[in-house]
Amino acid sequence: MSVNIPTELRYTKSHEWIRREENGTLTIGITDHAQHLLGDLVFVETPEVEDTFSAGDDCAVIESVKAASDVYCPIDGEVIEGNEVLADAPETINHDAFGDGWIFKLKPEDEGAFDELMDSDEYAELIAED
Amino acid sequence: MKKTPLHDLHVSLNARMVDFGGWDMPINYGSQIDEHHFIRKDAGMFDVSHMTIVDLKGDKVKEFLQKLLANDVARLKDSGKALYSCMLNEDGGVIDDLITYYINDTFYRTVVNASTREKDLAWINKQAEVFGVDVIERNDYAMIAVQGPNARAKAHKALGDDAEEKLNDMAPFYIRDYGDLSVARTGYTGEDGYEIMLPEKDASALWSRLLEAEVKPCGLGARDTLRLEAGMNLYGNDMDETISPLEAGLGWTVAWEPAERDFIGRKAITKQKEQGVKNKLVGLVLEGKGVIRDHQKVFVDGLEAGEVTSGSFSPTLSKAIAFARVAKDTGDKCKVEMRGKQLDAIVVKPPFVRNGKSCL
Repeated sequence: MSVNIPTELRYTKSHEWIRREENGTLTIGITDHAQHLLGDLVFVETPEVEDTFSAGDDCAVIESVKAASDVYCPIDGEVIEGNEVLADAPETINHDAFGDGWIFKLKPEDEGAFDELMDSDEYAELIAED
Repeated sequence: MKKTPLHDLHVSLNARMVDFGGWDMPINYGSQIDEHHFIRKDAGMFDVSHMTIVDLKGDKVKEFLQKLLANDVARLKDSGKALYSCMLNEDGGVIDDLITYYINDTFYRTVVNASTREKDLAWINKQAEVFGVDVIERNDYAMIAVQGPNARAKAHKALGDDAEEKLNDMAPFYIRDYGDLSVARTGYTGEDGYEIMLPEKDASALWSRLLEAEVKPCGLGARDTLRLEAGMNLYGNDMDETISPLEAGLGWTVAWEPAERDFIGRKAITKQKEQGVKNKLVGLVLEGKGVIRDHQKVFVDGLEAGEVTSGSFSPTLSKAIAFARVAKDTGDKCKVEMRGKQLDAIVVKPPFVRNGKSCL
């Protein structure tokens, strides 16, 4: 299996990826490795705008033909947008996990928290152990 | 783990392999949903070599099967005709569901599930003894299911020049020899097609010719959503040794006539029928978004009414569908509990999809 792990992103142990935008907000999705494990996605419930979460809270649900799984908020913050495309086209995550398949955008409470997250090398090590 | 003769081909096609009852089998070759649609619209194939073919031979083989099975092989008058049946224990629970093909008066062939292989063979051998029937497990055979509206035409191309001439007039639910192969017009998808039994050594070559004929390889993931849409039970999910066919939507497979036929389990299910069956197997369609999963609880008017036995997402209907075992008096609406919420579902009579079309 080829593993795609962009180096500009940060990662969590629960297979979310996080991208820092120029304005300091964060875009969050699940990794290509995660979508591959889940199989075809058939339903995604994105978080509501203005909901606030702490790091580690479950904030979205993705269901594949095989199983339902939670998406965890990587950092304390407030949701500023959910990806509406996923309501009708959840398979976007299968096709483009790191791009059009993003799940939600977050305004972090502490902008520095991003730097504490796993980088691509650490994530590659993590999934090599799976 | 056990491997079928096609294992290397699956790996070379980048299949995602999983442990399926001790067999290393393909769950998909990329997208389970694409594979599902391909079979509904065109033609796909499954490696089902893990299933167990058992040949039964002897002068009293018909009497033996009339004892062993809840359905009656006396219904099979023409050579090659197939019969779907449950094999019950004395308590009326289902040991397995299987297909039996009538070849001639001293020879029937049966195909049983992979996951129940050991206990089935032990049970069949035990019952066969007094009838002097030989029980011959055909481990030398592989099996490929080719399914879909274009499956037979494409299979004919792959099988050989005279395949269409020799096989095209075979009716559904029959089996016929074609050279060293046995070709059955049966399946587990709700579509037309064949299940082809063939010597192990020939399996790779046929698989490759089917690929050339543009039959798409499909994994056991698609096989599960196809059978669920088609309203077909899965052993271990929808029934087992503690469930009678009457509570598994399989009452239609029990041959009550002639009344004097004393099949194993008859007494128990007759008693159950007289006392009234408590539960029934129904179809569910979720009204909103989400996916119904095995073992989720079903509620009617706030009271627990049963449990989902097989739940998944229907690619054809783009909705979650399921089988559930619920109280006999359950009406046409219920709720399914998932992730802490109770969501509305309608209760229907399976199948959900037949020959590519919605039945709802």
